Amino acid sequence: MLAEKYAQEIQTILAKYPPDQRRSAVMPLLYLAQRDKMYVNREDMAEIAEILGITPTEVASIVGFYSLYYEEQKGKYHIQVCTDLPCALRGADRFMQELCARLNIRPGETTADGLITVEPVMCLAACDKAPMFQVQSGAGLSYYENQTVESALALIEQLRLDAARKRGRDSHV
Amino acid sequence: MMAKMVSLTIDGKHVEVPEGTLVVNAAKKVGVDIPVFCYHPKMEPVGMCRMCLVEIGRPMIDRATGQPLREEDGSLKIQFGPKLETACTTPVSEGMVVLGATEKAKAGREDNLEFLQTSHPLDCLICDKGGECPLQNLTMGFGPGESRYLYDEKKHLAKHVPLGELIYLDRERCIQCGRCVRFQDLIAADPVIGFSQRGRSLQIVTYSEPGFDSYWSGNTTDICPVGALTTTDFRFRARPWELRAAASICNHCPVGCNLTLNVRREAVSGGKWVVKRVMPRQNEAVNEIWICDKGRLGYHFGRQNAERLKKPLVRKNGELQSATWEEALELVAERFQGVGSGLITLASGRLSNEDLFNLGKLTQSLGGRSLLYTSMAGGDLTTQIGFAPGTNFADMGKESAILVVGSDLEEEAPLWWLRVRQAAKRGATLIVLNARNTKLDRDAHYSLRFPFGMAAAAVLALVNALSPKRPELPESIQELARSNELKGAAKAFAEAKDAVILFGSDGMGLAETQALAQACANLLLTTDHFGRPNNGLLGVWPRANDQGAWELGWQPSMNLPADLAQAQALYIVAADPVSDDPAYLNAFDGQKFVVVQDLYLSQTARLADVVFPAQSWMEREGSYTSGERRVQRYYPALQPIAALPPRVESPGTRRAPLLTGLRAELDGPQADFAIPAYLAEKLGFEGFAHASASLVFARLAAETPSFSGLTYQKLAEVHEQWPIVGRADMYYGGTAYENTQGLGAQLALAQNGASLLSWPQAADFKLPKLGGIAFPITRLYDRGATLMHSQLLHKRIGEPYIVLGEQEANRLKISQGGFVRLTFTESQQSVVVQVKVDKNLPERVVLAPRSFGLPVSGPTPVELKSAG
Amino acid sequence: MSKEKLPYFLLRHREIPDLDNLEVYRRNGGFQAFEKAVTQMEPTAVTEVVKASGLRGRGGAGFPTGLKWSFIDNKNWPHYVVANADESEPGTFKDREIMEGNPYQFLEGVAICAYAVQANAAYIYLRGEFWDLAARLDQHIAALEAAGLLGENLFGTKYSLRIYTHLGAGAYICGEETALLESLEGKLGQPRLRPPFPPSYGLYGKPTIVNNVETLTNVPLIIEKGADWYRSMGTEKSPGVKIFSLSGCINKPGNYELPLGTTFRELIFEHGGGIPQGRNIKAIMAAGASSSLIVADERALDTPMDYESVPSVGAQLGSASVIVIDDSVSIPWLIDKTTHFFRHESCGKCTPCREGTFWMSHLTERIANGRARREDVELLYDVASQIRGKCLCALGEFSIEAVLSGIERFRSDFDVAVGEIQVAAQVEQVPASD
Ligand SMILES: Cc1cc2nc3c(=O)[nH]c(=O)nc-3n(C[C@H](O)[C@H](O)[C@H](O)COP(=O)(O)O)c2cc1C
Ligand code: SF4
Ligand code: FES
Repeated sequence: MLAEKYAQEIQTILAKYPPDQRRSAVMPLLYLAQRDKMYVNREDMAEIAEILGITPTEVASIVGFYSLYYEEQKGKYHIQVCTDLPCALRGADRFMQELCARLNIRPGETTADGLITVEPVMCLAACDKAPMFQVQSGAGLSYYENQTVESALALIEQLRLDAARKRGRDSHV
Repeated sequence: MMAKMVSLTIDGKHVEVPEGTLVVNAAKKVGVDIPVFCYHPKMEPVGMCRMCLVEIGRPMIDRATGQPLREEDGSLKIQFGPKLETACTTPVSEGMVVLGATEKAKAGREDNLEFLQTSHPLDCLICDKGGECPLQNLTMGFGPGESRYLYDEKKHLAKHVPLGELIYLDRERCIQCGRCVRFQDLIAADPVIGFSQRGRSLQIVTYSEPGFDSYWSGNTTDICPVGALTTTDFRFRARPWELRAAASICNHCPVGCNLTLNVRREAVSGGKWVVKRVMPRQNEAVNEIWICDKGRLGYHFGRQNAERLKKPLVRKNGELQSATWEEALELVAERFQGVGSGLITLASGRLSNEDLFNLGKLTQSLGGRSLLYTSMAGGDLTTQIGFAPGTNFADMGKESAILVVGSDLEEEAPLWWLRVRQAAKRGATLIVLNARNTKLDRDAHYSLRFPFGMAAAAVLALVNALSPKRPELPESIQELARSNELKGAAKAFAEAKDAVILFGSDGMGLAETQALAQACANLLLTTDHFGRPNNGLLGVWPRANDQGAWELGWQPSMNLPADLAQAQALYIVAADPVSDDPAYLNAFDGQKFVVVQDLYLSQTARLADVVFPAQSWMEREGSYTSGERRVQRYYPALQPIAALPPRVESPGTRRAPLLTGLRAELDGPQADFAIPAYLAEKLGFEGFAHASASLVFARLAAETPSFSGLTYQKLAEVHEQWPIVGRADMYYGGTAYENTQGLGAQLALAQNGASLLSWPQAADFKLPKLGGIAFPITRLYDRGATLMHSQLLHKRIGEPYIVLGEQEANRLKISQGGFVRLTFTESQQSVVVQVKVDKNLPERVVLAPRSFGLPVSGPTPVELKSAG
Repeated sequence: MSKEKLPYFLLRHREIPDLDNLEVYRRNGGFQAFEKAVTQMEPTAVTEVVKASGLRGRGGAGFPTGLKWSFIDNKNWPHYVVANADESEPGTFKDREIMEGNPYQFLEGVAICAYAVQANAAYIYLRGEFWDLAARLDQHIAALEAAGLLGENLFGTKYSLRIYTHLGAGAYICGEETALLESLEGKLGQPRLRPPFPPSYGLYGKPTIVNNVETLTNVPLIIEKGADWYRSMGTEKSPGVKIFSLSGCINKPGNYELPLGTTFRELIFEHGGGIPQGRNIKAIMAAGASSSLIVADERALDTPMDYESVPSVGAQLGSASVIVIDDSVSIPWLIDKTTHFFRHESCGKCTPCREGTFWMSHLTERIANGRARREDVELLYDVASQIRGKCLCALGEFSIEAVLSGIERFRSDFDVAVGEIQVAAQVEQVPASD
């Protein structure tokens, strides 16, 4: 239950909007729901609907419309490579394809360990620093600019180590 | 206040329309078709589909003088914009010139249609909408004739997506016009379908439980301009062009929605006519172009199926056995003769005006009593200060106040919920006065709660706040009476130019509704809101023709079980008391003579001595009087089950050899009005008509003052309605049917009824400290024998249940879906039922849906125990 | 030819270290303009100064900012201010630099605008990808509240103001102001019908001013230094400075803050260091993916970049995101990129854009991959023309600019693509992926 787990955050989010316009909080609440598992399931949608006084369908519409929400589980980390025109002019397509080849996946797919999904995305407002990508995880999004395939792989290695350490920690409790 | 008129020309035609009219509507009024997809005359324009593009020119104004510029010939100088404009979003303006048939405008339409066709499948030949499809029609009318999209590049999408059990979606056919989504959001207030994804991937989804969870879902299939949405009931069952249309009236609730029954002949039914679907028929004073799903899908009981009674039954050697009409009628006539006041005729508002008239007249001739079988009283008042002729929810707006009291309106009379809500949106002051929250609260300006059992007292509190003649108020209502909210509501009601009250039977039985009606009448009288259009009292009755019954003098008994028990003979028509409450079993002790007239062998009919098979409403003619006091005709859609309708060889002659000559033909079900007339013939009573409903109606009108002057011809009159729907341009309003067979007529009010009544009995009512009180409520999808014939609805109807408040449930340690043993304190009978939890209900309150097998006809003491 | 370099007005962090620290910002005059406005000026007087400065919206349309503020409907309350920080036009990355480097000047601009229209709440709508940035803005806002520069009874007056950030979630259309408002209301980001425009019917149906981040960042200096000072830069119809986001085939991509009216040549060759590997410039897109393709001839290069001059070379200045295309780039490949973008970002509300971008991208894909015939190019041109003038919002109209101008102005590239002219492939071109 989000309401229990994130009671404080939910209050802070709702406080941003006029009391009779709670619906505005749907996007921030969806990010909250996505924090743990990098996707939003039906129960989350129903709960958010309940909190905001709208229908689950209205929440699901939002999930479907915006590209940063996921309805299905993919990798824990989404490496989103900008391959839009300005970046492509600086070799972004090639960068992504090489990166995918090195990870043994095709664009849009997830690595065998379920950790990394590589996706091409539209312009991220970093056109002067291509090749670049952002990493989206439940915790948010961060930019990585002026990348090479090697630097990207090093980052991925780091993400894997972090995840392994976290799993190790979790299994002790 | 008259709106300012604006004049303009559209394709060379001069038009004068009120300010604010949209170009597309102005065009429609002069017969110029501007094609639309997303626009719907009942909804605000959104300008999404871009189908209605036209050239629009406006007079040029001299900046310096503010005067219009003129051409050399003196005509106005018109300036056209560089782009085509959407006629559906542009309001008219003075001197505007609209061109819809220029090369540029035509090219715009062709372009848009070509765009739509790039992703629309070519499956018209198997599409349910084929033959009445706006996209098909507009493509033929305005399309480019050729598509340059490569056919094998078309996108393929799921074609059979169930949005729940009632509605199917074909994703390929959807053209994303958004009509369905907007209808559900803005008109039905159930935004349970929506768009997901974006761009070409935009698609309709539902995440409600059950899917597409709305009483209004069927309407989306009418306004969908393609075959993307279809009802499970009709899908793949017939093609529109095979269907004939019979005008009808819905008989599920007192609104009286105008229907079209679409029928065709079928080999599997032995070549008979069969109803394939029910569609709304336009009546802007009643249902506009909408119907609820109960009306659309709940017609199956009237069809001809194996369970229908086909022949009279007579009890012989303790068993009901098939008999001839002659034998059955003879027997009944003989047994009724001389019973006098020992006879009770019990009939329900399911029957038509004609049926009730003949039944009442027969009973009166025999010296018996006619009793209306109903759970709600107060009709004596609605006949006097009910809706006056000319009352129309569509005319209620800023100057009106609407008080809805003791009713869960969407459940009891869905279309009234819809229309009251629309009136509130137009600015009418909506006051909702109830014991519990209902959907209507969302649109209310004043949403007031009274303690359970205190409905009449709550209305008296309103009177109290206004009138110097102050009724006494019981203690439990004092808190509400003192609240500023209530005072504000009372003031708003009193000060409104026009005001109406809708009262229902939520949580109430006969006695409580009688008191409530009386309190409401007093409020209307005190505030002078009666006797003129858009004022008066409306009963949200349980049955379609209850108002008609009251108008014809039928009244309920305040103690029906006792009355029935004492009678010597019973004639029960269109009622099944035994199923509703086993307590009625006592009335059937074997001594008295019981006649039951029905469609099916009901629980009550099983106990009868004689059973008469009746025709369903779709097999015959008749008229109903809606709660708004509108008398409306329905027409036969099918042949009656067995034989030809009865013909009378020498009407009027005493003991005419009616049956002897016709015996061979007359062996199937008969119209409910005909059977009492046959009995009358047998008994030698005069003045009964049975040959046709219109003849009965003529007598009825002659003998009943409020019906005086009405004829079947008059009820069949129509005038042009706005919006224009259902013609060749069905893209405009959708596939709803135009009304060509009658808009009906509102009854005159009984004169001189209007003076202040005594204050009703509104004793204090307190919830008990132990146990609980069960209050009856109405669910649209009930478990009555009628609706249960619609298999498709079974999942929505569900199993018997009661509703408890959160505290109560916690106290009993039961959660949603758990079971409880409910013991009726008085009879010590008990049942185990499922529990639903409504967090807003107080402790000690048990809501018991009517017709779900629980004997709760008014507030009833109960004890509760968890049953796991 | 190069004029004297002006100091930075918007990208001041490039000269002043740690300008994203409130202390530093205040030491450099920060929040004096806001204080002056609130304590010494009538709200309408603030609007008048902005009007007089000639400042035009930097979000793309170039609408006069002061005029927009003066349209606020004073019969309907409350009012809102919404800063458009959705920055999603391919090739645009200026607002992000402002908000990262010089956040307080932007926030002060929001505050002054809010005061001018008497709004007590302002929202900053950031594209969802600006996640970290939003978190930093939240800290800056908290710092302002702590310093008494936001909150109740500001500077001892009755005026109060709160600013909130709100993250989008990946939808270019939410940069369109009415779609942005819908999105902020928790709905699908689909544009509204206009009129009514936001100053009369905006957020929650209330009068609202929507302005771009860069637009608002100009405001504190205009209030501080006056309209005449602002007009001393740029051109008469396009006064002031502008940040040009320079990207594509260029040696030194990045943001350049220059007076409006600077020529393409100066931007590309002086500031941007010219084209890599000594290649030739072929085309320029002045407004990101929404631009038509300017043939980069001498005349074009000498065209001043301001709202009134760029149309003379068949384009618009828009958000001034200048994408440079060199002669190694095939135009069919390029328009395949742009149509994929628009197909992906079309909101789906109106037919021509939804179906048209989908259809166009089918065709450009075939053309770019060498599977097309001449008829496909003709058809593409027709389809694009068919979209023109019919869409509900500008996205659909933007989607055809590169396509039509590409076919019109670079026809031979298409002849190559459909195999009618044989030329060895010039550059490695990886097919677009979306
Ligand atoms: C499809 C589309 C995308 C847009 N994206 C942005 C954007 O990312 N940022 C922005 O400031 N304006 C964008 N705009 C322009 C806005 O609609 C609006 O004109 C602007 O925010 C007004 O601010 P300004 O007057 O300060 O320029 C976009 C417009 C369209 C039609
Ligand atoms: S042009 Fe139409 S479909 Fe495209 S983004 Fe605008 S409204 Fe949506
Ligand atoms: S845009 Fe006018 S009917 Fe759809």
